[in-house]
Amino acid sequence: MDFSLTKEQEMVRKMVREFAVNEVEPIAAEIDEEARFPFETMEKAGKLGLMGMPFPREYGGAGADYISYIMAIEELSKACGSTGVIVQTHCALCAWPIMTYGTEKQKQKYLPDLLSGKKLGAFGLTEPGAGSDAAGIQTAAVDKGDYWLLNGSKIFISSGGIADVYVVMAMTDRSKGTRGISSFIVEKGMEGFTVPKKENKMGIRGSVAAELLFENVKLPKDNLLGQLGKGFKVAMSSLDVGRLGVAAQALGIAQGAFDETIKYMKSRKQFGKTLNKFQALSFEMAEMKTKIDAARFILYNAADRREKGMPSTIEAAQAKLYCSETAMYVTTKAVQFHGGYGYIKDYPVERMMRDAKITEIYEGTSEVMKMVISGDIFK
Amino acid sequence: MALKIIVCVKQVPNTNEIKIDPVKKTLIREGVESILNNDDANALEEALKIKDKYPNTHITLITMGPPQAKDMLLECLAMGADDAVLLSDRALGGSDTWATSNALSAGIKNIGDYDIIFSGRQAIDGDTAQVGPQIAEKLGIPQVTYVTDFNIEEDLRSITVKRDLEDGYEVIKLETPCLLTAVKELNKPRYMSVRGIFDATKKEISTWSAKDINISTDKVGLEASPTNVFRSFTPITKGKGKLIEADTEKETARKLLAELKSKHII
Amino acid sequence: MAVLTGKDNYNVDISSYKNIWVYAEHRQGKLMNVSLELIGEGNRLAKEMGEAKVYALLAGNNIGNLSKECYEYGADGVYLIEDPLLEKYTTEGYTKVIVDAINEYKPEIVLYGATHIGRDLAPRIAARLNTGLTADCTRLDVKMSTYKEYAEKYTTLNTSNLDANSTETRLLQTRPAFGGNLMATIICPKTRPQMSTVRPGVMKKRQREEGAEGELIKVQPQILAEFIHTQVVEIVKSAKEVISLTDAEIICSGGRGLGNAEGFKLIQKLADKTGGTVGASRAAVDAGWIDQSHQVGQTGTTVKPKIYFACGISGAIQHLAGMQTSDIIIAINKNPDAPIFEIADYGIVGDLYKIIPQIIEEWDNIDFLYDAGII
Repeated sequence: MDFSLTKEQEMVRKMVREFAVNEVEPIAAEIDEEARFPFETMEKAGKLGLMGMPFPREYGGAGADYISYIMAIEELSKACGSTGVIVQTHCALCAWPIMTYGTEKQKQKYLPDLLSGKKLGAFGLTEPGAGSDAAGIQTAAVDKGDYWLLNGSKIFISSGGIADVYVVMAMTDRSKGTRGISSFIVEKGMEGFTVPKKENKMGIRGSVAAELLFENVKLPKDNLLGQLGKGFKVAMSSLDVGRLGVAAQALGIAQGAFDETIKYMKSRKQFGKTLNKFQALSFEMAEMKTKIDAARFILYNAADRREKGMPSTIEAAQAKLYCSETAMYVTTKAVQFHGGYGYIKDYPVERMMRDAKITEIYEGTSEVMKMVISGDIFK
Repeated sequence: MALKIIVCVKQVPNTNEIKIDPVKKTLIREGVESILNNDDANALEEALKIKDKYPNTHITLITMGPPQAKDMLLECLAMGADDAVLLSDRALGGSDTWATSNALSAGIKNIGDYDIIFSGRQAIDGDTAQVGPQIAEKLGIPQVTYVTDFNIEEDLRSITVKRDLEDGYEVIKLETPCLLTAVKELNKPRYMSVRGIFDATKKEISTWSAKDINISTDKVGLEASPTNVFRSFTPITKGKGKLIEADTEKETARKLLAELKSKHII
Repeated sequence: MAVLTGKDNYNVDISSYKNIWVYAEHRQGKLMNVSLELIGEGNRLAKEMGEAKVYALLAGNNIGNLSKECYEYGADGVYLIEDPLLEKYTTEGYTKVIVDAINEYKPEIVLYGATHIGRDLAPRIAARLNTGLTADCTRLDVKMSTYKEYAEKYTTLNTSNLDANSTETRLLQTRPAFGGNLMATIICPKTRPQMSTVRPGVMKKRQREEGAEGELIKVQPQILAEFIHTQVVEIVKSAKEVISLTDAEIICSGGRGLGNAEGFKLIQKLADKTGGTVGASRAAVDAGWIDQSHQVGQTGTTVKPKIYFACGISGAIQHLAGMQTSDIIIAINKNPDAPIFEIADYGIVGDLYKIIPQIIEEWDNIDFLYDAGII
């Protein structure tokens, strides 16, 4: 068993850390406050290859491994949770399904622009009546011979309205339940495709969660992604990758809040000594660090299994469950340790706490993760 | 025609992180990270900008240092340089700037043809700014130091640079081959790219000994260096002063000013 | 000229090298301040050496009139090298004529100001002469007794093995290293001349002696246009604000603790009120909040004002190296463990945005309050 990083992985971490410290962290508070999408960061990230890390060179990817990819999301999220989720959604839920299920023609058409960051990707599964229960999807695509006619709506779609390319799940045969779901590639600007609403969120405010509305959108036949009726598989397998990304985002947020707290404790004096000299507080820090490191091992193990082509659905669910709960635990403590300063926006820990919460919810709530894991225990 | 550029780089301790052992009064070097010298990053960036514009430009890195300096060379390769040479030999240890420039200029001759040599203005560990000009002298080519702006014409020979002065700047024209030393204002160094990282680790870094560059030991190393360290020490810091404390900011300000006044400082 | 290898050069008869030269740098017809400081320092060293004299080395075109100022600031003589090809400073042109002069007249010591030009020229000359050069010196000694006295008073150096009675007069060149973490004294035992660049603002000019005279030695330069491969097409005096940190009696410096570029407006107000000059730490300059010309520290300017306000400056060693000899240091920082407090005469732990406005407000009241016995 080898837990050491490769030279490449060490360098990726260093490079993304420098990028995050210089380009991402300085605007993190601002994009949170203004709920502004960090377009400038995406452009820079694209040039460095961060928008297409675990994808082959032949389609414009960077040819990196999944551990490097996970570390990049972690480092970005350490500085800014919003930035982390934008990159991970793009990679895992749009570029990945096109890479995995797309025809050669679709790959040639979409991947070079997506992987170089010239275009941004998104994923449309959730609907008002279908969150964790995909069989309830109402959005439907009807075969009209020359084209698919798409009608319906999606909610809480990350990067919705901003993204250029969407992988969207729609019913093509309602009688078959989840086996009647197919996935499609929808492009921004198609007639009948609008974004009527953007949500006002508690955290990750620099990213967007929007409603997508499809009113008689005529999709070319070529835009069916994967086989007819296999959309549920496309969605679930993409979410397996996405959960690694969310776990990495959560881990990054936890690490960021932890680092901020170390800094604060070393400088803040109470009763004549700095906070780190209080054993009760420093013991709690020891617990936090142990949880963070444990979370990291669970996550890297899951990423390593995916890299090696081993089954990783359960491991990804465990990673997402544990990393997100660690993020919530650590950020809550971080705010507490900062006292009154933790509750105001002069310090980043309150933002980190708000950002952490979503990681327990999206791409499958903690409860859904437990369903996946327990289902495997009692199979 | 393709430009051949050599960039001289150095791995240095991050001097911002160095602390003095309060008891022994010596440098604490453990745990201090090694980094690519700041000005050298600007030197490399300028070479990379030329390569962006003229993609068949070839960039070779050269450094002198211990085997660990390979890590820095890898990072430079990941930023986009083509290949790298490490001069590493015990015989080179302890070289002052004269001896260092002897070694580097011999290394550069061994690399072969070049059009432009870029180096940083100075390294943050020694702050001498001497090695660049001394390499130029040993190679017999013109130099411009403190370069803040660079432009090369389509003929890939004619160069115009801005050279920073304390009270302004000069515009200087010259032709290849030449050596230019870069300062921070010249550009903003790029990051490594993910592709660059995965390509860099597949590249071979040449490691050359004093023998490989055909330099005699009376030109390099501690013994041959004209300058020696006679003594090194840390300055005595002033004792800790007085802490001014009061209930309000106004009272604090007044207390401070009263102190200054009573000591006839103001 | 035969190219010397290092070994050949060691065989030179170092006793044939005499006197101290100062490269008298001039721009737009005016001598640089640092050159006058170095003439003063050269004068001091020459006296300590006994027999030696200090000469200014003037190179340029139609610059003979600058000799007078050199004498008045303490030069015993001037070596004057004039040629139309030396109208503007070029590395190659100046290197050629100065190397020739050094080879002919054999000075024992050559000092250059550590200006952008001095730091361009001196290394090139040193490389051609195959001699040593020590950069950015902040102290020079020739007598072991003076050096020992300095070391005992200001450093942690164990001086028990320094022989104060030594009659040797080699140049002891002291400079900061490792970003000011360490001081090193460098010697150049085997080759001549011994050469240093010296930081501006560190050495003392002598009192100007109006009408002082000196020996003028005209040197015939051997220079051809084809020796020079750079062409200076334009010299632009910048609109850069002239920052004279070295002459300032009060310096108000800001660092990373300001949080943003706007913070320097407050520092400027403090400077306006106190009659001070605005300085900055490297962190603030690197962040792009203020021009580098304001930078105090190892890689910036070395200063020793009467009062130094360090506002939001943690006190990285590289900053301390440039300001710790200030008469009075006042530190304002919200981190009580900031290293700046270790060297500050007066420390205030708190929010600089609250404290500085109060200092500004109370500055003019202080005489009244003090005289009235209120404070």
